[in-house]
Amino acid sequence: MIEVKNLVKSFKDGPLETRVLKGIDFTAATGEFIAIMGRSGAGKSTLLYQISLLDEPTSGEIRINGRDTRAMSEREKMLFRLSEFGYVFQDYALLPELTALENVALPLYMQGASRAAADAKAVTALERVGLGKRLDNLPSQLSGGEQQRVSISRAIAHTPNVLFADEPTANLDTESSATVMSIFKKLHEDGQTIIMVTHEDDFLRFAERVVKLDDGKIVSDPR
Amino acid sequence: MFSLLNIRVGFYLAVRQLRRASLWTTGLIVFVMLLTFLNLVVVTGILVGLIEGINESYRTQYTGDVILSALPTKNYIEDTSSVVAFVKTLPQVALLAERYQTGATIEANYLSRTSSTEKPNATGAQIVGIDPVAEDAFTGLSSHLIDGTYLSERDYDQILVGNLLLAKYAFGNQPGLTPLTDVSPGTKVRLTVNGSVREVFVKGVIKSKIAPLAASIFIPAAELRMLMGRTDQNVAQIVIRLILGSDPDEFKSLLLKSGIGEKAKVQTFTDSIPNGVADIKTTFAMLGNGFSSIGLVVAAITIFIVIFINAITRRKFIGILKGIGISGEAIEISYVFQSLFYASIGSAIGVLVLYGVLVPLVAAHPIDFPFSDGILVAPIDGTAIRIGLLVLTTVIAGYLPSRMIVRRNTLDSILGRN
Repeated sequence: MIEVKNLVKSFKDGPLETRVLKGIDFTAATGEFIAIMGRSGAGKSTLLYQISLLDEPTSGEIRINGRDTRAMSEREKMLFRLSEFGYVFQDYALLPELTALENVALPLYMQGASRAAADAKAVTALERVGLGKRLDNLPSQLSGGEQQRVSISRAIAHTPNVLFADEPTANLDTESSATVMSIFKKLHEDGQTIIMVTHEDDFLRFAERVVKLDDGKIVSDPR
Repeated sequence: MFSLLNIRVGFYLAVRQLRRASLWTTGLIVFVMLLTFLNLVVVTGILVGLIEGINESYRTQYTGDVILSALPTKNYIEDTSSVVAFVKTLPQVALLAERYQTGATIEANYLSRTSSTEKPNATGAQIVGIDPVAEDAFTGLSSHLIDGTYLSERDYDQILVGNLLLAKYAFGNQPGLTPLTDVSPGTKVRLTVNGSVREVFVKGVIKSKIAPLAASIFIPAAELRMLMGRTDQNVAQIVIRLILGSDPDEFKSLLLKSGIGEKAKVQTFTDSIPNGVADIKTTFAMLGNGFSSIGLVVAAITIFIVIFINAITRRKFIGILKGIGISGEAIEISYVFQSLFYASIGSAIGVLVLYGVLVPLVAAHPIDFPFSDGILVAPIDGTAIRIGLLVLTTVIAGYLPSRMIVRRNTLDSILGRN
């Protein structure tokens, strides 16, 4: 369960202060598939970065499973991101010198798994997204859709509590986008909590809840 | 920070980054490391080797491993024959040569002098009476001949002259020496020893970088004894070469214990080298260390820049690593391992080049310095210390920039924001 209360995020540029999030109240229950929608500049990615602990809000409260994240040290946040969260970025964010298998196994390895155990889990995760035969390929040897599927494998290999996806289909063609979204759908059916930022209406049907943002405020939330 | 997990992950990342890095970039960094290593070891090694070359020249061309000379109150070694007989019984002795020595004046063109006020073409020098065969076997004196021919035992009016005593061969002014002009092999000169005068011919010219050879006159021992008016067989110097592996200091102690010290001054070749040379050696070593330190700083800056550029261009990926939960420490350690790799490979190749090529090459073909044949001194322990220094400096130089980049805001790194 994620609870957000009166979340504010501002960016300062000299004397200028731009408020991107203007007091967001939001909750996400376990097992939900939430799509955060909004036009460009609405603040949807910024919101995702705050609740996924990649960034520090200016003010407000974020509680994850009842735990106030303001009290967390950097190290605790790092451990939280490592074990509780999974991330899928718009540009895949794979490490170019690591193979598909290594990209997926690395966070598992960081969690203390042995090489064999990490590799085994990574293989399972890659097979789940249909990349069982591309284990030893470097990202540069994969198509955009395949790279995004590796990114999803990396995000789910350690069975995170929440999967965050920031415009996961933005760089993909229609076919690859459909594949990625069908993977998300399957993950959700298996009970995975997903919070996804998107601006593509086509994929809203996959989400069970659509939160709309405009000018740093939630303008529509069925809850 | 350096938990086993961070080290494991750091190593995992480092190995993969190195394995898939550009071969040219890796090669260039390793090459810089190699040059730095050679700069650290070779510059000092040559500066020290320049002086070691003098030491070695003294040992091979003049003193041998141990030299017995007259006590300060005497002009010769008392009871030379029994001293020589005793020394020859010692198993450490490989070769031995005896020398008579005294002061002399050598004058040329004395027949063409027109008045007594005209400055004579003369110079003072040390004259050494030798057994030409024994001396040649001991010091290879004949190999230093640059003009004329070597002495034979039967020569009675022939001498060899050191190049510093002859203007034609001195190659520049030498302080304290007035070289003879118009003298070369075949020239008749007048030799004055202890008031005895004899006309002799210059048979050959000896060239050496050590003064006792280059500024001396050599004559068969029997002739010098005659000139000195000596009837005994007591020589001024006995030079001893030891068999390989014998310790000159131990041999010196042995001689002193046997009472030789009462008849002669016993010195190892290092004892006999003037103090100034040791001071110069220390000075050169300091200079070498100074130059090496500069090299080390340059290497540190180079590695800092290389790792910094590497880290800054990979800033996004460092952000991603942090974003997915890889600890900053593991990322920093991966850069430390990479630096360690560059320094280790550079040093390893450096060691191969140093001991496989440079040291043997310079030993076989010493560097021709004006006052010594320079060798390359690179003791294993000194090299190991320098490798340690290089590795330590490189690791620090690699760690700092990676730390600077890793400490930046994770999201800013991922998004490429400043």
